[in-house]
Amino acid sequence: MMATTQCGVFHESYRSDMQLRPTTWQRLRVVVVFAFIIILPFVASAQNLRIANTVVIAAIGAIGLNILVGYTGQISLGQGAFLAVGAYSTGLLMHYYELPWPIALVLGALITAMFGAVFGIPSLRLKGLYLAVATLAAQQIVGWFVRNWDPIDGTKADGAARELSMPRALFFGDKLNDSEFAFYVVGMIALVIVAVVATNLFRTHIGRAFVAIRDQDIAAEVMGVNVFQYKLVAFATSSFFVGLAGGLTAVHSTNISFERFTIDVSIEYLAMIIIGGLGSISGSIYGAAFVKLLPEILRDVGLWIADQGWLASGQLDQYLPFAEDAAFGLAIILTLIFEPEGIVKLWSDLKAYFRLWPFSY
Amino acid sequence: MRVSKFDRPYESGRPERHQLRVENISLSFGGVRALTDVSLTCEPGEILAIIGPNGAGKTSMLNCICGLYHPQKGRIMYGNHNLARTSSHHLPKMGIARTFQNIELFRHMTVLNNLMLGRHVHMKKNILTALLYWGWAEREEIENRRFVEHVIDLLEIQHIRKQMVGSLAYGLQKRVELGRALAMNPGLILLDEPMAGMNVEEKEDMARFILDINEEWGITTILIEHDMGVVMDISDRVAVLEFGRLIGIGTPDEVRENPDVIRAYLGQDHGGRS
Ligand SMILES: Nc1ncnc2c1ncn2[C@@H]1O[C@H](COP(=O)(O)OP(=O)(O)OP(=O)(O)O)[C@@H](O)[C@H]1O
Ligand SMILES: [Mg+2]
Repeated sequence: MMATTQCGVFHESYRSDMQLRPTTWQRLRVVVVFAFIIILPFVASAQNLRIANTVVIAAIGAIGLNILVGYTGQISLGQGAFLAVGAYSTGLLMHYYELPWPIALVLGALITAMFGAVFGIPSLRLKGLYLAVATLAAQQIVGWFVRNWDPIDGTKADGAARELSMPRALFFGDKLNDSEFAFYVVGMIALVIVAVVATNLFRTHIGRAFVAIRDQDIAAEVMGVNVFQYKLVAFATSSFFVGLAGGLTAVHSTNISFERFTIDVSIEYLAMIIIGGLGSISGSIYGAAFVKLLPEILRDVGLWIADQGWLASGQLDQYLPFAEDAAFGLAIILTLIFEPEGIVKLWSDLKAYFRLWPFSY
Repeated sequence: MRVSKFDRPYESGRPERHQLRVENISLSFGGVRALTDVSLTCEPGEILAIIGPNGAGKTSMLNCICGLYHPQKGRIMYGNHNLARTSSHHLPKMGIARTFQNIELFRHMTVLNNLMLGRHVHMKKNILTALLYWGWAEREEIENRRFVEHVIDLLEIQHIRKQMVGSLAYGLQKRVELGRALAMNPGLILLDEPMAGMNVEEKEDMARFILDINEEWGITTILIEHDMGVVMDISDRVAVLEFGRLIGIGTPDEVRENPDVIRAYLGQDHGGRS
């Protein structure tokens, strides 16, 4: 029954009031989500599971970026670089020190956190677009290092971008870069943990301080928030999760190369959190899913059109990249116009509608 | 037993109060002299009003006290601390809170979260405990929530607890901003035009709250206000600024009689804000 409305909920203690899922209805939603997560790998094809895995990684990275951009209000164009730092440090730790992959993943994320904090220092002076340009420096520096730093290269083909071949990462006997199922288990556990701890963060004074900095940094300072220190903490926390996403990308691959961490990737991630909803954990996940699934759906549609004989076979590959770009652009513009707070807002509007249904007015 | 809702929650402790001594401060912005050689003291527990025409330097004065502006000359002593050389974020630890002339709330946070941010300096848990939440961080949240609920009761804003601040009426926002400052459990509170833009009824409420927190919580209050009726009614002493200079300070009666003040301020139209 949906007859109960939110105003019917009363809390007996501050503790229960502060709980995340106070109503039965919300608890039910959690059960449905978990059922979906558990059933998916058993029914999806390997191909679809691979797509799901890219969504899982992107969701972790998007949560990280949203902590910085959506919650703390510090625009970053360095996402690609932070992902690269996570991927390469994880990869190198496994390659040279033969560390077990879970340890390499955590260390890689920690290294990225430190790296992020360093690139957060300009935020002392710079705001908005100026800060974004400063984070672009991270992108350039990392790009240069990866292309010129010898330890990274596996087999170099005269000056061409080098690749780091990933050592085996085993999970109960399955290779993570081979078995999509094994990776799904690892990645999904990581995503659930990241989503939960990120949500927790914003129930505490630290997360509140982040949001306060975004909304009104002078007032935050006067209320006792050391704004600069907290900005650095935000950069580090955000980069930790982004680094984790980068590390997961590494263990999911047979080799890593810099093409996967360019400025385009930074922009793709910004699209995820704008479409999903700035300042929302679940929005980050919806946004990641949207951005990663859209090209797949476009491809399927394209194939269907080609099947109908409306396109010559070569033309599809020719048009698809344009169609993708156009679709992204359109999605972002539509979001900004109609639902500036993203998919999450759409969902809560829908809920509000049904809560009052059939008496909505 | 709670005797009245104006009692501070016993578990929070009383903040230290000190005498505030502003000693010969001068502040200028390029050619604009916002404050020139201003000295005054504010005793623990008193309500001191700062009045003066627009642009007289009242807000600049508060900004100097709370570390947002650093005067080129002079000292501002509070206990052993020279506030003129202290960054803003250290002031709450000394028990100094303020509100702003143009409401600087966190608009996309709920009323409750705005007030909880007032508790920021009382919350010490590190990032790891925050990420885990259950246990330490949760306990700290609950402890501080108790104090915040006390402030909510005091200011009678229970009904808007979960609303976004940006969606509230102006008068209520002013009240929430006072609440955020109170949540800090301050010993000294700086209020920049807390009643500006309010109707008579809202002003009365606000004046009552200011008197209550001063009398019952013992908070030293420095207040900027244009409404002379209110100022003369509720303040222990009044300081008058004109063109960045202090031209008079004393009890409301003394100030009313001060010829400089009459010339500069009271003699003009004093119906309220220009
Ligand atoms: N950040 C600043 N930069 C430049 N000038 C400033 C700054 N802050 C204040 N001033 C100048 O200092 C003078 C005093 O301003 P202040 O805001 O303190 O006045 P006020 O007494 O609060 O006036 P009001 O009643 O209008 O609020 C004004 O001439 C103002 O233009
Ligand atoms: Mg002012």
